[in-house]
Amino acid sequence: MSTPGFPRPLPSLDGDSARYWKALGEGRIELPRCVECARLVFYPRPFCPACHSDHLAWEEISGAGRVYTFSVVHRATHPWFMDKTPYVYAVVELQAGVRLPTTVVECEPSAVRVGLRVEPVFEAADEGVTLLFFRPARR
Amino acid sequence: MRSEAAIVGFSELAPTKKPEGQTPLGLIAEASRQAIDDAGLGATDVDGIVVCPAMMQYSMLWPSVVAEHLGLEPSYLDFVDLGGATSCAMIARAAAAVAQGRARNVLCVNGDTWDPKGMYLKPPPMVAPLRDFTLPYGAAGANADYAMAARLHMERYGTTERQLAKVAADQRTSALRNPLALFRDQPLTIDDVLASPVICDPLHKLEIVLPCTGAEAVVLTSAERARDRPHEPVWVLGYGEALAPDPFQREDFLVTPTVESSRRAFEMAGCGPHDVTLAQIYDCYTSAVLIELEDAGFCAKGEGGPFIEAHDLTYAGDFPLNTGGGMLSFGQPGLGGGMTLVVEAVRQLMTRAGDRQVERNDVAFVHGNGGTFTEECSLVLGRSS
Repeated sequence: MSTPGFPRPLPSLDGDSARYWKALGEGRIELPRCVECARLVFYPRPFCPACHSDHLAWEEISGAGRVYTFSVVHRATHPWFMDKTPYVYAVVELQAGVRLPTTVVECEPSAVRVGLRVEPVFEAADEGVTLLFFRPARR
Repeated sequence: MRSEAAIVGFSELAPTKKPEGQTPLGLIAEASRQAIDDAGLGATDVDGIVVCPAMMQYSMLWPSVVAEHLGLEPSYLDFVDLGGATSCAMIARAAAAVAQGRARNVLCVNGDTWDPKGMYLKPPPMVAPLRDFTLPYGAAGANADYAMAARLHMERYGTTERQLAKVAADQRTSALRNPLALFRDQPLTIDDVLASPVICDPLHKLEIVLPCTGAEAVVLTSAERARDRPHEPVWVLGYGEALAPDPFQREDFLVTPTVESSRRAFEMAGCGPHDVTLAQIYDCYTSAVLIELEDAGFCAKGEGGPFIEAHDLTYAGDFPLNTGGGMLSFGQPGLGGGMTLVVEAVRQLMTRAGDRQVERNDVAFVHGNGGTFTEECSLVLGRSS
């Protein structure tokens, strides 16, 4: 059971990632790309962790990707998730070239495989907060 | 290269599942006094101290607080906070301080209590922007990350659950002969491990370390003093560190900085994996051992599963691994809990391991792994300088 008094863990919406979370709320995935070395910067920050350039440009990227790896969580550690098990915690590799921690939803946990093609699900988790889940690709 | 620093004393307190009135500072003091005594030294001899965070008594100025409590006036103080790599990195810093002449006798001490609810009721402060991108999705502490490593390894290389479970089972065989281990009463078979509840698929409960209350301390000294000590010195032959934050953005999640940390340690020691006669490899999870064995060069990438299957990993086996039971059977007292692996290596090299003494105790490889294969520190210890 989720333990009373422990709110759902949600991201801070201001700061360096504000634009990322705002875009999710509008159904888009946006990340900064380094203009100098062309790397996508994840998590967002005001400079490129690869070359330290601060010349970044935000762009919309496709949500098409594959499950890089995953685990079916049967016992959660954060109290809020304790009555949500089993759920699929996963890392999805987007075609755009970045890997995102996420949850795979809208399928049986037993249907998830490494390499499974997935597509994004933008889900309003709380007032003003949209999270980026993934589900098996339908197209 | 000749080693300039040696471990000459150690102590280890019996761990407990729940704190029984102890405080981290109290445990640290007890372990420290025992280790200094084991080294044949007195309080006034210790002029260097290396500590690590106590999660249940998190404090600013911790090195000074500990030194003050112990009545020390050191010329060298350090604080190491590298997750599971902490214990090995403490030894590395102490050895470097001795080699540089910054201190003659350096105490490295880890101690912590553990209250299962403590981390949520009163967590030590931590700022990590990446957490905003993991916790909302149900990141289950380190459990899910190490489970995802196991899953990817199985998928890519055909590693089996039974191979992973064998790590826990073999270590338990050694733990049965460790009077300090938390889990020392019952043998464990591979089937027992696989019959324990799945926590984060594919990892079972008995493949996951149990945090506990406990403490260890180790004393290092310089080459000229090392030979006059009560026990045979254990030489710090090599150490290496490597860090690569954010494991999922690097090219391959399963190729870890252990490759670099172990290469550096072996290069400094002037030897390689084939010279190692016993290994103490960070076992927060069975999957951690699997991947560290590969990246430290004991087998090729992808062959960790067959390696585990092919070797007897017990204290009496052909590849003695985590001969005190590892943290999986001993328990993990605090962030520096990997110190039990350091202490066990020293115990074996000093030929003080009693009825679990390994036959060939020339060179030990000790490894600490922190984060999700992000912070790595390797040590090579030996009986000859």
